[in-house]
Order: sequence, then structure tokens, then C-alpha cells
Amino acid sequence: MNSFKTKKQILDFITHAILLVVAVTCIFPVFWMLSSSLKTQEEIFTKMTLFPEVWQWGNYVDAFIKAEFGMYFLNSVIYTVVGVSAIVLITSMAAYGFARLEFWGKNFLFYLLISTLLIPIPGVFVPLYLLLKKLALLDTRTGLLLCYISGALAFGLFLLRSFFEDLPKEIEEAALIDGCSRFGIYWRIALPLAKPAIATLVILQCLAIWNEFLLALVVLQDKAKMPIQRGLMVFQGTFITDYPLLMAGLTIATIPIVIIYLLMQKHIVKGIAAGALKG
Amino acid sequence: MNISPKEKTLNMMFIMPALVLFLVFNLYPLIRTFQLSFYQWNGIDKDMVFVGFAQYKHILFSNPAFWKSMLNAGYVTLLSLTLQNGLALLLAILVNRQIRGGNIYRVIFFLPPVLSGIVVGLIWKFVYDGNFGILNHFLISLGFDNFKDFAWLSEVKTSLSSVAVVHMWKGFGYGFIILLAGLQTIPIELYEAAEVDGADKWQQFKNITVPCMIPVFTLVTILTILGTMQIFDLIYSMTRGGPAGHTHVPITKIYEYMSNGEFGYSTAMAIIFGFVLLVVSFFQLYVSKKFNR
Repeated sequence: MNSFKTKKQILDFITHAILLVVAVTCIFPVFWMLSSSLKTQEEIFTKMTLFPEVWQWGNYVDAFIKAEFGMYFLNSVIYTVVGVSAIVLITSMAAYGFARLEFWGKNFLFYLLISTLLIPIPGVFVPLYLLLKKLALLDTRTGLLLCYISGALAFGLFLLRSFFEDLPKEIEEAALIDGCSRFGIYWRIALPLAKPAIATLVILQCLAIWNEFLLALVVLQDKAKMPIQRGLMVFQGTFITDYPLLMAGLTIATIPIVIIYLLMQKHIVKGIAAGALKG
Repeated sequence: MNISPKEKTLNMMFIMPALVLFLVFNLYPLIRTFQLSFYQWNGIDKDMVFVGFAQYKHILFSNPAFWKSMLNAGYVTLLSLTLQNGLALLLAILVNRQIRGGNIYRVIFFLPPVLSGIVVGLIWKFVYDGNFGILNHFLISLGFDNFKDFAWLSEVKTSLSSVAVVHMWKGFGYGFIILLAGLQTIPIELYEAAEVDGADKWQQFKNITVPCMIPVFTLVTILTILGTMQIFDLIYSMTRGGPAGHTHVPITKIYEYMSNGEFGYSTAMAIIFGFVLLVVSFFQLYVSKKFNR
């Protein structure tokens, strides 16, 4: 019995040792970014201390104003808020239609719409670029948003339709008899009931749009419209890299993501694991 | 229930916004990709020159840089499949042992996957820097003086592997989460029964864990292949394909041709690459189905 106990203790010790090393490896680069964002350029070039000698909070003021990360940040907020709202509205409406209503070509249209989930299409940014050019939407906020919204259609539909299908029909039928319109039922009854699935969609799409880079690279030229991921690349490309400011910019781009993640980590982790295991 | 044709048409309004967006921004670009791949076109001229399969032929047989980019992505994928997913599985098994603080580890391991590719790439570019990167400083302090001024990302020998390490750092948490969720669906009774029958831990792993996890392994493998082959943000932010094309991958190649105004050629490349991805995922599904029976 005694030897059993010590064996388990040794195993636990090794387990924690491995997990701890990996955890430190995960966190250190992020910590290094934070720490470097509060140093001076000279400190970065000459010293390798873990923490700044004097915490240069002014770096963040410079990053927001001089390096224009404030502008990029605001753009990212706009893209994320508008994009995610539109995704939720458009996909939930369509998902409700596919789950509950009868119309022409229903099954065919559903499989057509979610087919893009199954087929990997690398390089769609090439025809999207040409399309936006033709529509005079190149280098516009609208153009980029339309790309983001349409990119999330299949996933949103897939996620929400099955959720609507699992909701009990009785409440809706009662409302219908009471004279509620179809749209009223969707808006007042089905949509509020779908909150858990919509929360998953909102969180995952927030992360996706906030972190998106390639389409922003292809679609936008004008700095004033760029989201922060794009702004970071512009900053590190055009200046003799001012590392504290770059690190402050990286931190600014990361903070909202980390906050959302920490607040919603159960949703995110469950959403990803469940979504992946189902699919 | 009988639904009038009028109502059927009215109901279509629910899906109209999604349908219109899909047709214009998903389906049309897809069809356009196929069409453009048969034309030589710079995106500006009125005339598109029809060249049939000539661009496909050129990519497949006379463009070593394309194959180099495929090999590069393949190399990173191979490392991810073995090292990254191996680590993810080990960590999932360890956390699944119901140890204390398991949830904290889970939160930490999934932090890199939620960060953006650009942020991760730029942090690591800073860490790898030859002159003032913390990595070289650390190695020198351990006594490896030959790493002084060693530029990991601009040396031909180390650039691709250095990027691969960052990719795995960013990605292992994703596989870890899925594998852990998979492990937790295995009924504990199976292990208890095996225990009673006198099976040791290794036998339990081989005869219970592995067979139960095959669908999950398949999923993680497909996600890893599709995700890694299409790597872009990390490459773009760390090396832009350099030094001398040693870290180019298919998407950076497609982007490069497009930036040079070779729209037809870049779409042909996208289709060839997309076809490879499709074959890989079908092959993987086929193998796992066979294995499952």
C-alpha cells in the first residue's frame, strides 16, 4: 500500500512538472511582450532584464496616438461589432427559415449554403479582390465587412439550424394561433431561446474577425480603414522598428481578445470541442 | 399542414439575405476561380487570353518554386502531426488524470490559439532576433556562445524550422482541447472493467483509449493538415517567404502571384492546391473508416 502511494506521488509530480514547463512556455512570450512594451528602446537593445527599470507607461500614449494604434483599434472594434451583429442577424434568420419553414428548394439550398464548410477553398481572396474591384468596393469598409459576413455564413447556419430544430415547437404553434406573425415568432420567441448557440457564434466570430489578417491585406490600402492586425504590419514595416511601441501595439491588439477569452473561456472551449467532435 | 404557394414564397424572405450574400460572395468567386484559371489575365486589360490548361501545366511541371512551397508546408505539417499532436495527446492524458489545477492548465494551453497569427508572429520575431532576442540571450547564458548574433529567421538552415516551432506553439492547445474532450467521453466503466480483469495501464491505453479515440485522432489529423498547409499569417509576419524562398508556402505564393498582377496564374495555383487538400482529407477519411471496422 505504501509503495502504491509513493508511486502515485511520483507520477503526480512528473505530471505537474511537464504541465508546468509547457504552461511557462505558453505564457513567457506573452509576458515578454508586456514587459518589453514598458521598456525604453535602449533597454531593449542593451539589457535583458525581465522587468523594465522604469515602467514607461508613456509608451502606450505614444502607441495610441503617434503610432496610430488608437485609430486601428477603433477600426477593429467597428469591423467586429458590425460584422458579428450582421452575421448573427442574417444567419439566425436563415437558420430559423431552414429549421421551421417550408419553401421552394429548401434542402437543396441548405446543402448548397453549407457546402463551403466541407470543401477547402484556398486562395478565394483572388476572385474576391476582383469582385470587390468590379463592385467599386475595393478599399472600403463595406467591402471588407461583406467578405467577413459571407465567410461566416456556412458555419453560423450549421450551428444555429440544429439548435432551432431542437427547440420545442409548441410555444411557436401557440403563438401562431394567437395571431403572431412568422417574423414575430422568430424575433420574439425563437431568437431569445437560441441565446446559448448565439453566444457561441458571437464569441467565435469576434475572435475570428478581430484576428483576421489576409482579407484585410488584400482589400485595404488606406491606413485610415485598416484593422489593428493590418496596422501592426504597417507599423513594423515602415519605421525603423520602435520595439517598445510595437510591443505596446501588440499588447493593445491582444488585450480585448484575452479579456473575452478569460470571461468566456468555458463557452469557447466547449464550443470548439463540441463543434469539432460533432463535425 | 398545407402551405399555400404564396406563403412558401413569403417564407423565402427569411433566407434571402443569406442566399444573396452566398451567391455573390461565395459561389460566384468559386466559379470565377475556375474560369480565371484558364485565362492569362493581369486584372486590368479588357482582353483575357484563353490558354486552356497551359497555366496548370506550367505550375505542375515548370515551377519548382511552387513545389518548394508545397514541400515547405508539408515539412511544417509533418512536424505538427508528430511533435505537436504527440505533445497535445500527452498533455490531454495528463490533464485527464484528474489532477489538481487541471482547469488552469487548460486555460493556459488554449491561450496561444486565441491570439492572432500576426501578434504571435511579431512576438516571436522579436524573441528570435539575432542581436537582442531573448532566445539567444538565454542560450548564451547557458554557455552556447556560438549563438551570439545568430539570426534564426534569416538563416537558410533554421528559418523554416523556427517558423514551424512557432506554429506548433500556437497550435498544440487546439488539438489538446479536442483530444481532452474526446478522452472525457470514454466511459470510465471500461477502465474499471479492465482493471478488474488485470489489464495494466499500457494495455488499457492500447485496447481502450486508442480504439475509442480513432475518430478524434482522425479529426485532429485533418484539422492539423488543413490548418498547417494553409499557414499564412505567421509566415507573412515573420519571414515573408524568405530567406530566398526558403519559407514560402502555397498561400504566400498565390498571394505573391496575385500581387504581381498574375490573376489567372494565381487562381490556377489555388485550384491545384485546393485539389491536393481535398484529396488529403478524403484519403484520411477513407483510411480512418477502414481502420474503424
